[in-house]
Amino acid sequence: MEWLYEFPNMDIDSLRALKKGIDSGFRGFTREYGVYIENAFEPLKQFLIYSEKFMLETPWPLIILLIAGIAWFASRNRRIVIGTIVTLLLIGYFDMWEDTMRTISMIFVCTVLSIVIGIPIGIAMSRSDRLQSVVNPILDVMQTMPSFVYLIPVVMLLGIGKVPGLIAVVIYAIPPIIRLTNLGIRLVDKDVLEAADAFGSSSWQRLKNVQMPLALPTMMAGINQTIMMALAMVVVASMIGVRGLGQPVLQAINNQYFSLGLFNGLAIVGIAIIFDRTSQAYGKRLQKYQEVVHG
Amino acid sequence: MVDEKASPGISVRNLYKIFGNNPDQYIDLVKQGMTKTELNDKHGHVLGLKDINIDMPAGGIQVVMGLSGSGKSTLIRHINRLIDPTAGEVLVGDVDVCQMNPAQLQEFRRHETAMVFQKFALLPHRTVMDNTVYGLEVQGISRSEQVERAQRWIDRVGLTGFESNYPNQLSGGMQQRVGLARALTNDAPILLMDEAFSALDPLIRMDMQTVLLDLQKEIKKTVVFITHDLDEALRLGDKIAILRDGEVVQQGTGQHIVLNPADEYISSFVREVNRGRVVLVQTIMDTSVGLENREGPAIKIGTTLEKAAKIMTDGNSSMAHVVDAQGKMLGSLDIQAVISSMVTPISHDDPVAAE
Ligand SMILES: Nc1ncnc2c1ncn2[C@@H]1O[C@H](COP(=O)(O)OP(=O)(O)O)[C@@H](O)[C@H]1O
Ligand SMILES: [Mg+2]
Repeated sequence: MEWLYEFPNMDIDSLRALKKGIDSGFRGFTREYGVYIENAFEPLKQFLIYSEKFMLETPWPLIILLIAGIAWFASRNRRIVIGTIVTLLLIGYFDMWEDTMRTISMIFVCTVLSIVIGIPIGIAMSRSDRLQSVVNPILDVMQTMPSFVYLIPVVMLLGIGKVPGLIAVVIYAIPPIIRLTNLGIRLVDKDVLEAADAFGSSSWQRLKNVQMPLALPTMMAGINQTIMMALAMVVVASMIGVRGLGQPVLQAINNQYFSLGLFNGLAIVGIAIIFDRTSQAYGKRLQKYQEVVHG
Repeated sequence: MVDEKASPGISVRNLYKIFGNNPDQYIDLVKQGMTKTELNDKHGHVLGLKDINIDMPAGGIQVVMGLSGSGKSTLIRHINRLIDPTAGEVLVGDVDVCQMNPAQLQEFRRHETAMVFQKFALLPHRTVMDNTVYGLEVQGISRSEQVERAQRWIDRVGLTGFESNYPNQLSGGMQQRVGLARALTNDAPILLMDEAFSALDPLIRMDMQTVLLDLQKEIKKTVVFITHDLDEALRLGDKIAILRDGEVVQQGTGQHIVLNPADEYISSFVREVNRGRVVLVQTIMDTSVGLENREGPAIKIGTTLEKAAKIMTDGNSSMAHVVDAQGKMLGSLDIQAVISSMVTPISHDDPVAAE
C-alpha cells in the first residue's frame, strides 16, 4: 500500500533528463537564432531609447505641461489636471523625477505596443469562435503564470536590458486589451449591425463605422487595465534591468530601506492614479452620446 | 440589374426557411407536409417559413400581417437576404436575390433596397444627419452630396433643426423619422419596413402612416410593410398577406379579406375592424336598378362606405348613385344598405345569430 502515500512519480533520472533536454534544446535555439531575434527587436529598442531620451532631456516644466495637457484633453476635468500637476511636483521634490520619467516612458511604449498588437488580435477573435477558443486559454496562462517564470526564457534569449523587460511587461499586460476588444465587438447591438448590413456595408465599413466606435468604450477599459498591469509589472521587470521606479524598490527590499521603498512605491501609486483617472474619464467621454436620454 | 426608375415588383416563389444546424436534411420532410410543431419536437429545428408564394405589386404597398412569431421578420429579411433561404426564390424584377454572389448582393442592398426597423436600429454614436447619410456614405458618394440629399428628407419627415442631435436625445417617434429619412435618402426603388411603426404611440403611429401614404403618392416605391395590426394593414396595404406559423393563410386586398375571411383565425382578426373604412361602395351597390336612375349625390367608385355615408347624410339624402371616373353611372346606393354593411356581422357559427 506504499504507493498510496508516495505519489508514483516519474523516476528522478528520466525527469532530470527531460528537464535537461528542454533546457539544452532552448539553449541551442538561443545560440542559433538569438542574434536574429535580437536584431528583429532593434527598432523597438530604438523606440524605447528615443522615448526615454525625450522624457529625460526635455525640461521638467515642459513635461509637466505636456502631461497636464494630455490629461486635460482626455478628461476635460479640472480636478484630474490639478491632481496630475501636484503629483508630478511632489515626485520631483522628493528627487524621483528621473526614475519616474523612465517608468512613464516604459509604460508609454508598452501601452502603444500592447494596443498595436492587442487590438488586431481582439478583432480577429471577435470574428471567429474557433480563434476565440484557442486564444482565451493562452491569455489565461499568460495572466496566471507567475511573471518570474517567463522572465527566464526572455532573458535567455535576449539577455538583460530594456527590450527583454519590455517583452515581459507586454506579455503580462496585453491580455485585457485583447479580451475587451473581443468582448466589446461581440457586444455590439445585433440590430444596429443588421441595419449596417441592410444598407450594403462592406465588412471593413461595418468594422470601421459600427463595431469599432461602439466597442471603443469597452476597449478603453481594456487599455486602462493594460496600463495598470504594466505599472504593476515595472517592479518585477526591474529585476532584469529595466531602469525606473522599480529599481529603488528592489534595492529597498534587498537592503531593508523602508523609506526608500515607501517613497518610490508612492510615486508608482501616484502615476497609476493619474493614468487611471485620465483614461477612465476619456472612456466615459467616449460614451457621451448615451448620456442625454430623452425623458 | 433592375431598372433604377420604375420600382420592380417582387415575387416570392416556394420559399422555405428552416432554422437549425442541418436545415437541408429536413427540407424534404417539410415539403411532404411535416408541421412546425412536429419538426420542432422531433428534430429540434424551427420551421420559419413554409412554401411562401406572394406577388408583391410594383410601386405599391404590400402588407404582410401576422401575430408575433408568425415569420414576418423572417420573410422580409429574405428580400434583401439578411437571411438565406433553405429553398425557393425571391425574384426582384427578374433577378433572383437568392442566386446573387456577395458582391452583387452588396450592390443590390446599396442601390435597390432600403430598410426601416422596428427598433429603429440607428447608429447611437452618430447624429441625425450622420445617420441619415449612412447609405450614401457606404456608396462612396461625396460628403456634400450626401448632406444635400439627406437634408431634403430630414426636412420632409419634419426633423429640421435636429440634424446634430444624437438618437438618444429624441423621442421614439422622432427616432423612427430618422429611420425613415435614412431609408428614403438611399432613394432605392424598394422600401422594406419591418414593423416600422409598431413601437410608436397610437397617435404618432397614425401620423407616421399619413407621412408614409403622402410620400408614397410621390415616390411610388415598392413598399413591403410588416405589421401585426390589422387597422394599419388595411390603411396602408394595396395588398395584404396574412401569415400564421410561417404559412400564408390568406392574401388579397383588404376589402377582400375583410369580406371573405378564409378561416376562423382570420375572422377573429377582422371581427373588430371598422368596415366603413375598408369596404368600398362598388362592393355593395345595387346594379339591378336602371342605369338612368341617378338618384341623390354622385359618389365615385373606390369611395369607402364611411365617406359615402357622410356624403349622403350631409346631402340629407337616403339614396346615392355610384359613378366611374368618366362619370358613367354604375349602380345605386341606399343608406340602409350602407349602414348595415358597415356593421360587423355576428359570426355565423354563433348560435344566437341564427335567429
Ligand atoms: N435565428 C433564428 N433561429 C431559430 N429560430 C428563429 C430564428 N429567427 C426566427 N426564429 C423563429 O422563427 C419564427 C418566426 O420568427 P419571426 O420571423 O421573427 O416572427 P415575427 O417577425 O412574425 O414575430 C419564430 O418561431 C422564431 O422563434
Ligand atoms: Mg418581427
